[in-house]
Amino acid sequence: MTRGLLTVTLVAAVALAAVADAATPSVQIKEFKFVPALLTVPVGATVTWINGDEEPHTVTATDRAYTSSGLDRKDTYAHRFTTPGTYTYFCALHPHMTATVVVK
Amino acid sequence: MERRRFMQCLAWAGTGLVWTARGGVLSATVLGEASAAGADFTFGQISDTHVGFGGEANKDAMGTLRDSIAGLNALEPRPAFVLHTGDLSHGQKPGAFDTLAGSLKAVRTEKIVYIPGEHDVAIDGGKEYLSRYGAGTYENRGYQSFDYRGVHFVGLVNVLSYKPGVGGALGDEQLAWLRKDLDPLTPSTPLVVFSHVPLWAVYPAWGWTTADGEQVIGMLRRFGSVTALNGHIHQVLQRVEGSITFHSARSTAFPQPAPGAAPTPGPMKVEAGQLRRLLGVREVHYVEGTAPLAVVERPLA
Repeated sequence: MTRGLLTVTLVAAVALAAVADAATPSVQIKEFKFVPALLTVPVGATVTWINGDEEPHTVTATDRAYTSSGLDRKDTYAHRFTTPGTYTYFCALHPHMTATVVVK
Repeated sequence: MERRRFMQCLAWAGTGLVWTARGGVLSATVLGEASAAGADFTFGQISDTHVGFGGEANKDAMGTLRDSIAGLNALEPRPAFVLHTGDLSHGQKPGAFDTLAGSLKAVRTEKIVYIPGEHDVAIDGGKEYLSRYGAGTYENRGYQSFDYRGVHFVGLVNVLSYKPGVGGALGDEQLAWLRKDLDPLTPSTPLVVFSHVPLWAVYPAWGWTTADGEQVIGMLRRFGSVTALNGHIHQVLQRVEGSITFHSARSTAFPQPAPGAAPTPGPMKVEAGQLRRLLGVREVHYVEGTAPLAVVERPLA
């Protein structure tokens, strides 16, 4: 009985850890680059982008399934990834800026 | 075509210059020495107003826009029309198109002809822009041509097909339209072609190029006088290739660095006294018959 309770507690702790991780992943936009250019997150994670440039940038899915508005300096954008896969995105104002989010 | 000169770049001295084009070759004189007398008509160019910009490079972009409008309104004779070569807004900030429309009501001219920049279409693929400015363009697509007193004007859209790794491009449909549009014209027809992103490869590393621009240039080569105007790079830059002269315009909002002169093409911060020398508008004088076009750069200070 004690052992069963312990297992439940551990599962809950693991689940909490996953939620915590999912809440924190972020991508910095700096000097016309997404950093990191490759980010791996668990299913259900919400990724936040923060623009550190004077120039506005966007976070736009390659297939345009989602897009931010034009992000000014210090503006942020968040998107939740609910399905496993490899998602490429770019800046629709500066299309040489490309990066990838892998959802596992 | 017998006169051929490549890459004519001019350092900016901070005062106005007049560009007189004959057979595609430009010569420059100082603004005060130039005269619009004898010109059949004059038109203005305004570019990269970036309504909504609030960065450090210019804390008063609406103020410099007002000054640019005042510069246009001071022209004698009054410009027949004004071309806006794109980036009306700064990343489609809500209300920016309304604000710009309100400001440009003050321009003393018959009409303003618009083409979009990537800042006007990147967020929604051009929906809002075309709903406002698409009327009168080819199938509501934003590109258009018109004739004014013997000169054929063509406004191209090279910002609607941005995708990862590829910026400026016209696309096959627009190229086919352009071919049809130019086909009936005789080689002696003076052409003015305007786009937002430069048609030639100014600096591809910063996206200052049009992927299929060479196809456009190929269609223009048979004409004896072609003036190609663009915005996008927020600085004056000229290039002459055969009978085609390319001119990049200043922004009314903020300057950008010379190609490769900074790590990124972001807004360039300059000393307060310098800023107005790097912003401004342009006027073009056309004289019928001999077909010289005088392109005048007007900095705000």
